[in-house]
Amino acid sequence: MGEVAGIGKLMRSEAGKGLTLISPTFVYALLLLAAPLAMILLLSFWTQEFLTIVRDFQLGNYQEALSDPIYTALMLRSLRISATVTLVTVVLAFPVAYYISFHVRHERKSLWLFLITIPFWTSYLIRVFLWRVILAYDGPVNSGLLALGVIDEPLGWILYNANSVVITLAHAYAPFAILPIFVVLEKIDRSLLEAARDLGESRAMAFLRVTLPLAMPGVLAAVLIVFIPTVGDYVTPQLVGGSGGLMIANNIHAQIFAFNNRPMGATLAVLAMLIVAMTLLWGISRLRFWLWLADRMGGGMRGGAIALGAAVAEIAAIRVAFSAAPGLVGPEAAIIGLLLIVSAGSALILTRVPKGRWGI
Amino acid sequence: MSQKTPIVTLTGVQKYYGDYHALRGITANIGQGEFFSLLGPSGCGKTTLLRSIAGFEDISSGQLLLDGRDMEGVPPNKRPTNMVFQSYAIFPHMNVAENVGFGLRRSNMSSEEKRRAVGEALEMVGLGKYGARAAHALSGGQRQRVALARALIMKPKVLLLDEPLSALDKKMREVMQVELIRLQREVGITFILVTHDQEEALVMSDRIAVMFEGEIAQLDDPETLYRRPKSRRVAEFIGMMNFLPAQVLPTGPGGGRVALDVAGLGHAELEAAQCPNGATIGAAEIGVRPESLTILYEGQSAEGGREAEGTVREVVYYGDMTYYDVLLDGAPSPVRVSMRNMPGRKVLDFGARARLAWDPRSMVMFC
Repeated sequence: MGEVAGIGKLMRSEAGKGLTLISPTFVYALLLLAAPLAMILLLSFWTQEFLTIVRDFQLGNYQEALSDPIYTALMLRSLRISATVTLVTVVLAFPVAYYISFHVRHERKSLWLFLITIPFWTSYLIRVFLWRVILAYDGPVNSGLLALGVIDEPLGWILYNANSVVITLAHAYAPFAILPIFVVLEKIDRSLLEAARDLGESRAMAFLRVTLPLAMPGVLAAVLIVFIPTVGDYVTPQLVGGSGGLMIANNIHAQIFAFNNRPMGATLAVLAMLIVAMTLLWGISRLRFWLWLADRMGGGMRGGAIALGAAVAEIAAIRVAFSAAPGLVGPEAAIIGLLLIVSAGSALILTRVPKGRWGI
Repeated sequence: MSQKTPIVTLTGVQKYYGDYHALRGITANIGQGEFFSLLGPSGCGKTTLLRSIAGFEDISSGQLLLDGRDMEGVPPNKRPTNMVFQSYAIFPHMNVAENVGFGLRRSNMSSEEKRRAVGEALEMVGLGKYGARAAHALSGGQRQRVALARALIMKPKVLLLDEPLSALDKKMREVMQVELIRLQREVGITFILVTHDQEEALVMSDRIAVMFEGEIAQLDDPETLYRRPKSRRVAEFIGMMNFLPAQVLPTGPGGGRVALDVAGLGHAELEAAQCPNGATIGAAEIGVRPESLTILYEGQSAEGGREAEGTVREVVYYGDMTYYDVLLDGAPSPVRVSMRNMPGRKVLDFGARARLAWDPRSMVMFC
């Protein structure tokens, strides 16, 4: 009786009402997000023999994934392609977002945003196929350039390799990059730019000193939105990537469907997730550190140069470490160790160095 | 005031936004070291004029000289003006010192000199210890001071202020009014203030340009503007004014003086200066300020017997003052009378009979 009264009381309290309200969503999220993740994690510690899953906890999959150079190579290529896609997409998206926010009349902005989503009216698959047509050996790009006399023979490097994957993905993800950048640009008080001009800065310097730093949160959002899903994309590399453009997700797909090795696919998925998370953590923390360093060194050209030097030196050191360490301590230990060091360093920076003026 | 060497010269300045005629031929000289206000209701073009001086708007025709130099095609960053924006436009990604030092990047000061200049500018606006404070952690009044320091550190020839006090509460506004007057005396540069608050303009300015519909209706020092408004519209905009119908009599006393019969008050004689747009025999209107009418208590009588009687129609008690609306016998509408509350002065009741004393010297006449 007392227990029932207690539950009734809880249900009537503010907290109880809140919990009751969110519980359907919460259950839904649990079922659709947490449960599959837990399943995959569990699966990655098992093995498969023909059609049966052997439910014995073991680390063999991870050992294999970390020591076989094919997986490392695929993962690195995925990161490289995604990083390139992200760079290309964000660099191209920024001017578009800027134009819509600053130069399109207020009542036309929604129309522009709507037009940008038009490519989404067709299926993703069809869009990828169309790129295959466009970039083909005798496609419009090559025949156009041939007709113009720019090239003597069709370009071979634009299809069935990493380049075509970058082109196709950059096109597919452009709206996802444009929207968050547009939103932050819209929020910038225009009188701030007038103030910068009033205080003696040219248009270009007002952009660099005011617009760009204030737009950084949107740029960062665009980077995350493009980078995270493209690492795991497998349709585009499958269709336009040839063999040189295959990415880690293609291998995960192959493990599960072709090689009938679901535990290995799960292992690769878990590792890919961890590596993407660590890469982002590392990237954001280093960016924050370098920007902080640039400011600390007096800002301007000098601060920028010092920070750039530090960044280049650091990346070089990490490359050397990743290529030399496997020979010294073995591949698995080297990758795990280096990833741990990098993540711990990133976490330290994110907690110690305050968010700077760039909003990162 | 106007004899001072002009720092800003406006000659027939016009501005069109498409079909909209925002500035209709503004001509004015603003002197070196003057505190000049542009006063008017919203949409009168005062902000457009200020932004044209700053260089954010191109004027459609006319000429704008700053310090003797034609500003045609000169961008805002090349003009000897700095602006305090209505929203203050404090850079949210910089702290107070970085905001104040923003404009010093291009100067050839050493970083030590820059730091000192920022410190001095902050000291001047009373924010000496706030340099490291983040922009978002500032109150309205502090943001205002940062915006001032940021503009003044540039040592502009003209400081432009776009409704700088409108976002502050009443107490803070009064503090900042005094502060602005002090600062202007201290740095001695020309301030051009845009405001829709007539009290603010009267308190702070050396001269005020009252603007309606893109034109300057009257340009005068505060006292002249208040005592001798040139039109009924200006009179209504600056402070409170009572209007009573009057008849200009053909039998003038001569010497430029005008004789007239005022409804509810009686016979009055005005100087020519009190009739800004001249006098013609027939119907006219006189304006008289509430403080120029006095309620007479028992035993008191008016000098020269200029008394009028009426009924109290409204009593508004303000603590230090009481406002009465008195319907004078023979007048079509009530007049407002303001009386300082003093010991022995009873606050009259609604409906009571009241005697008023009036003085023709405090009147203006509009034909």
